[in-house]
Amino acid sequence: MADQENRIVATDLCYAYPEAAANAVDGVRMRVKRGEFLAILGHNGSGKSTLAKLLNALYVPTRGSVLVCGLDTRDDELVFDIRQHAGMVFQNPDNQIVATVVEEDVAFGLENNGVPPAQIRERIDEALRAVNMTDFAKKAPHMLSGGQKQRVAIAGIIAMRPDVLILDESTAMLDPSGRREVMQTVHRLNEEEGISVVLITHYMSEAATADYVLVMDEGKIALTGTPREVFSQVERVRALGLDVPPMTDLAHTLRAQGVPIAPDVLTVDEMVEEICRLSLKT
Amino acid sequence: MPIVVEDLSYVYMSGGPYETQALHNVSLTIEDGEFVGLIGHTGSGKSTLVQHLNGLLSPTSGRVLVDGLDVADKATDRRAIRRKVGLVFQYPENQLFEETVEKDVAFGPRNLGLSDEEIDRRVRDALRRVALSYDELHARSVFELSGGQMRRVAIAGVLAMEPRVLVLDEPCAGLDPRGREEILSLIRALHAEAGTTIVMVSHSMDDVASLAERVIVMNQGRVAMDGSPREVFSQGEALRAIGLDVPQAVELADRLRERGLAVPQGLYRPEEIAAFVRGLAGKGDADA
Repeated sequence: MADQENRIVATDLCYAYPEAAANAVDGVRMRVKRGEFLAILGHNGSGKSTLAKLLNALYVPTRGSVLVCGLDTRDDELVFDIRQHAGMVFQNPDNQIVATVVEEDVAFGLENNGVPPAQIRERIDEALRAVNMTDFAKKAPHMLSGGQKQRVAIAGIIAMRPDVLILDESTAMLDPSGRREVMQTVHRLNEEEGISVVLITHYMSEAATADYVLVMDEGKIALTGTPREVFSQVERVRALGLDVPPMTDLAHTLRAQGVPIAPDVLTVDEMVEEICRLSLKT
Repeated sequence: MPIVVEDLSYVYMSGGPYETQALHNVSLTIEDGEFVGLIGHTGSGKSTLVQHLNGLLSPTSGRVLVDGLDVADKATDRRAIRRKVGLVFQYPENQLFEETVEKDVAFGPRNLGLSDEEIDRRVRDALRRVALSYDELHARSVFELSGGQMRRVAIAGVLAMEPRVLVLDEPCAGLDPRGREEILSLIRALHAEAGTTIVMVSHSMDDVASLAERVIVMNQGRVAMDGSPREVFSQGEALRAIGLDVPQAVELADRLRERGLAVPQGLYRPEEIAAFVRGLAGKGDADA
């Protein structure tokens, strides 16, 4: 019986690459609930991408376990089921599109899973609508921008009606407008469809929009909490090789200079309120 | 040794069904020792422009002069141009191919026909400039390195040509925050210490705001703005209208003005905003 609330449960999760001396992921314990938005941060080599690949059975734990909607990734027979529940979007938009027409690319996973043709049509339309790419259904993928290609890749996953969407640095190669398109799409799917999101990213501003943040270091969870809790620990976050959002950084600078600004400011909106509050007092 | 771009136009796939005019009558001069940030959204023509600066692309019309030499002129030695103007592509580590770090960095100088001693000097110097240890890494395979190290090796390969002008197309794309900071500080040092002219294409307004002395904004194949960071970033409305962000400090200043606070015009750096807020809180500038 599948767990209704927990989409992903990892217990004592370890993974060592063949012939590697140390574990790339080392004793991680985590949980992603239905409709939750989790961001995973960490410098290169911290284990965050390895962790992502363990979450949809691309890698199998060398110790511990991952349950995706109650399904154990160590069971070979369940791999296809697991990937229907937890779909993954990768970094390079050019490496994950297989067909020569957008809608055929979206259909690829459905056809491979034996979805009846009548339903395939319906699901393609629904998925392209969900990522705002309906007008591009008949276009050739190579004529699209990076952000549009990533949205097609997301549509291919959404068409499988997954419970969890995993994005492994899927915005890293996009320009600011492409990144905005993808992030808006992901947030809408999370909020309107209740799809859980696991977002692996180097962009602190993206992580700041998540429900929870998990910072990896040397294969372990170094910090976890809400974005506000995590980023307000400016020194600790820097020591882990990461940035803090620019407004959190400014708040930190001002506090160091004796200005009474809240330490957990994340956005420009919040900083505007803090400064206006300050100006009223004086 | 200025770079002079005169009335430059460029058309991709001319005559075909996908014909696209990427540049329209672009004219600008880049003086010795400048640090230029080149911004614009994807398709604005900025990558096409920089590929003209060392003759990788030839103008459809107009011309590009480096040191007074017409880059596209058949009589001009293109190799001489490429020694003066080094171009670091996007994801330059994808072009590493030699067996070792040393051989990869030496590839360009070797093709120049330099002596072994001179090649060795240049390889050591280039690796030092990108903050990689020659002793530790020279015999290693480039494919054993981290992503950030690979990118620095690729940049070292361009520096070993000892160019006077370094053009970098999105040098920080895809790196983690630590890798990004490493690349930015080495570019800053090249400009400050060696006096290298820098043209940096970037999507990050915050990076451009913190480094560049001059900002050129491209839009639809034309120069939309050209000025100091203060001049360009004070036009928040115009930048947003062509699909660009502004540095967060500029956005904050604009929003505070909307709320009736007397934020001075032209602030674009976080430390400038911090100084303003200190004044507001009665903390003065005594400790700044």
